[in-house]
Amino acid sequence: MTALDEKIREGVDRETVEQVKALSGTYKHGWNTEIEMEYAPKGLSEDIVRLISEKNDEPEWMTDWRLAAYRRWVGMTEPKWAMVQYPEIDFQDQYYYARPASMTEKPKSLDEVDPKLLETYQKLGIPLKEQAILAGVEPAPEDRKVAVDAVFDSVSVGTTFKAELAKAGVIFCSISEAIKEHPELVKKYLGSVVPQSDNYYATLNSAVFSDGSFVYIPKGVRCPMELSTYFRINAENTGQFERTLIIADEGSYVSYLEGCTAPQRDTAQLHAAVVEIVVLDDAEVKYSTVQNWFPGDETGKGGIYNFVTKRADCRGARSKVMWTQVETGSAVTWKYPSCILRGDDSQGEFYSIAIANNFQQADTGTKMVHLGKNTKSRIVSKGISAGKAQNTYRGLVSMHPKAKDSRNYTQCDSLLIGSECGAHTVPYIEVKNNSSRVEHEATTSKVDDDQLFYCRSRGMDEEEAVALVVNGFCKEVLQALPMEFAMEAQQLVAISLEGSVG
Amino acid sequence: MVAQPKLDALNARLDALTQSAGGGWLGAAREDALGRLKAVGLPHRRDEYWRYTDPSALVSVAPAAGGEDEEADPFDEIDCFEITIEDGEPSWRGDLPEGIDIGSVAQEGSADIHWARDIYGVLEAAGSRPVTRSLAMLNTAFATDGLLLHVHGTVDMPIHIRYVGGGDPILHHCVKIDSQASVTLLESGYPGARFNTVMEVDIADGGACDHIRIQGRGADRHANTHLFARLGSESAFKSFTLSQNGTLTRNEAVLDLTGDDASAHVAGAAIGANAFHHDDTVFVTHGALNCESRQVFKKVLRDGATGVFQGKILVKEGAQKTDGYQISQSLLLDDDSVFLAKPELEIYADDVACSHGSTTGAIDETALFYLRSRGVPRKDAEDLLVLSFLAEAVEEIADEELRQHVTDLLEGWLRD
Repeated sequence: MTALDEKIREGVDRETVEQVKALSGTYKHGWNTEIEMEYAPKGLSEDIVRLISEKNDEPEWMTDWRLAAYRRWVGMTEPKWAMVQYPEIDFQDQYYYARPASMTEKPKSLDEVDPKLLETYQKLGIPLKEQAILAGVEPAPEDRKVAVDAVFDSVSVGTTFKAELAKAGVIFCSISEAIKEHPELVKKYLGSVVPQSDNYYATLNSAVFSDGSFVYIPKGVRCPMELSTYFRINAENTGQFERTLIIADEGSYVSYLEGCTAPQRDTAQLHAAVVEIVVLDDAEVKYSTVQNWFPGDETGKGGIYNFVTKRADCRGARSKVMWTQVETGSAVTWKYPSCILRGDDSQGEFYSIAIANNFQQADTGTKMVHLGKNTKSRIVSKGISAGKAQNTYRGLVSMHPKAKDSRNYTQCDSLLIGSECGAHTVPYIEVKNNSSRVEHEATTSKVDDDQLFYCRSRGMDEEEAVALVVNGFCKEVLQALPMEFAMEAQQLVAISLEGSVG
Repeated sequence: MVAQPKLDALNARLDALTQSAGGGWLGAAREDALGRLKAVGLPHRRDEYWRYTDPSALVSVAPAAGGEDEEADPFDEIDCFEITIEDGEPSWRGDLPEGIDIGSVAQEGSADIHWARDIYGVLEAAGSRPVTRSLAMLNTAFATDGLLLHVHGTVDMPIHIRYVGGGDPILHHCVKIDSQASVTLLESGYPGARFNTVMEVDIADGGACDHIRIQGRGADRHANTHLFARLGSESAFKSFTLSQNGTLTRNEAVLDLTGDDASAHVAGAAIGANAFHHDDTVFVTHGALNCESRQVFKKVLRDGATGVFQGKILVKEGAQKTDGYQISQSLLLDDDSVFLAKPELEIYADDVACSHGSTTGAIDETALFYLRSRGVPRKDAEDLLVLSFLAEAVEEIADEELRQHVTDLLEGWLRD
């Protein structure tokens, strides 16, 4: 391997692009790392909850918090309203905790981390070495860096650039660390956006979450680099339950990226995460996700069941949240990143591309709850269905009586490729004052024949042409992504649809 | 399995009803509906399809007190054949127009063989899947009477069904439209405290039905109406409803396009103030090639009125070349009014063009300012803007004379 190759491998995008080209058409992250793992016994009980808490060396208040959630969860039933179908999940047939054996003693620095783990992330294109990242095609400016928190099954294996972030006052660490080192912040905000009792999967997560990321941006600080979490499910029959808590104090700004992959396996795996974001006065948070969990094979076997609760609470006046998601993976997706627009003049935005191919099922969307005066929200959702997939947009726009002079604009477009797939739109619109304006538009159509013909007549093959048209269809959302993700996402869009034409 | 509280509510309601006697085709349909009703129970606020409308006034054992409507009939000036249903009993006089036979459920229900056997409760049962419509099932099981209209030619005069009187009637109509036959149906007046109707319309290939309904201005009305239409090839169905006031009105329309090249339009204009709660719930199923459907619903709300729209377009696998359109809009004239909407698309075919839009907001201040600057008084300017807002729905009435009539009526109502 030449030095040049080596250099490219450090870059997220370039790496991805290369792999995409080499492996086009197949799920590129389907390999599995052979590593010695330590599991908690299968099944779920109060003892397992205690064990997880103990493994993470948690204080008593945290253990009690988890147990309270577990007790609630026992009395709850799985929600059935989403337009997804999957065989019943046996929650006792899962491992709720798995960590690489080498992580029993937490390594003090990245140098001590098991090289096999580092290799895994290297292979995924996630640089855990503290080096500047080559972003996109153009040479990046010197200071373009991304700090990464990498979560492998149940534990965080390392967080990069901690020292540099600390200089700015930014706290970026795993949540297990935060519980120990910043209990006052965790106590104050954990569960304040997504309460324990929020929904079945969030309650389950509250009981058994094993790790995740914690971010605190202090007053007036513009986070000097993009923060990123990379989730990898590796072990078989293991659920991943991570919890992310982001707090943007007054006047701060942060851009946060999230990526996910899992090995290719015959049996379905469970992933139930919770992301909570608190945004105070004048602060802004950008949260971008490229979700590429294993979607199951062409016959619908295996894949990740992705049940995620993500919510941002714009508590402060003039606060702002932007969710951007590219959902290409998972056998089943159940995910509604939401904004509670509590502060006056706060803003929420949601940009989404959801692609479902083969037997994938996606039920995703957002909730915009307008509580404060003069709040604004914008929803742009692009759903693409191919093969035998089902893709549903489900969303809520709610204008409370006190949310005077608020605005919402929603646009949901669905594209169908092939006659056996489905595209559905289920919006809920609730307007309780007359000074607000709410507009909702949705269209469903197929790939335009004229556009395809034009591309074909320019010498493209059919799949290339479809990929180009679909990329055009998604343009508004792709443009909202940070540069690190935009290129990867474009490629993903093309790849996810391979095999859907002809 | 029906939960115990639901079962208790159902049993209490059933105890207050008596199933009319009669074997024949009607008895069998009633038994079937009762069985289906018992399996699902009565609607409850927690049911997904009742999340925006509290059905308790519609399912309670006795209706709330309600006054009678003193209004003149809105179709008085229209030349038509009138069927009066007074206190739930239908009667008509004079020679029937050509192309139609009229009968009643109570009189013809005991026959062994009747065309209505293939319609009564059949369209309702089909339309109760996948969405549970318990109040329609209750209607099929307990309707005391209703009309049996068989249209076998072109009926050149509108058939006007006029409801008068009070009480708590449950009525079930069946309309059978033969191939190439056509009719215009008018419905008016919803007096009484509570009203539950089902109208099943079966349109054979090439048939056509225009349905225009004016629900009047009775403030105490609690109405739950159900319209089930099955459309054959190249058939057309158009329905328009105008409502003002009423405590609780839920109009359900279930349209099933089963033949190629069929066209179904359903529209509604509603104006309400104060305790007014108006709910339009529509389900359009495209099950054939090259069909077209339109849903146009407009609501003007003030002083704490609530408007609800739940509309769905379902395009089945293979229903290619579907053109589905849906729009729901509301104008909130003050800060206390509420609009709740759930416009859904469920699509399993790729070569389709389906769209929906929904908007909510106040009256356009710029337009109002423009009119006032031209010397139009504020109230008149507002009325003009309200009228133009409702126009898209009113334009769904195909017949020019009837359309003008409804527009004039609306203008009069706004002026009062």
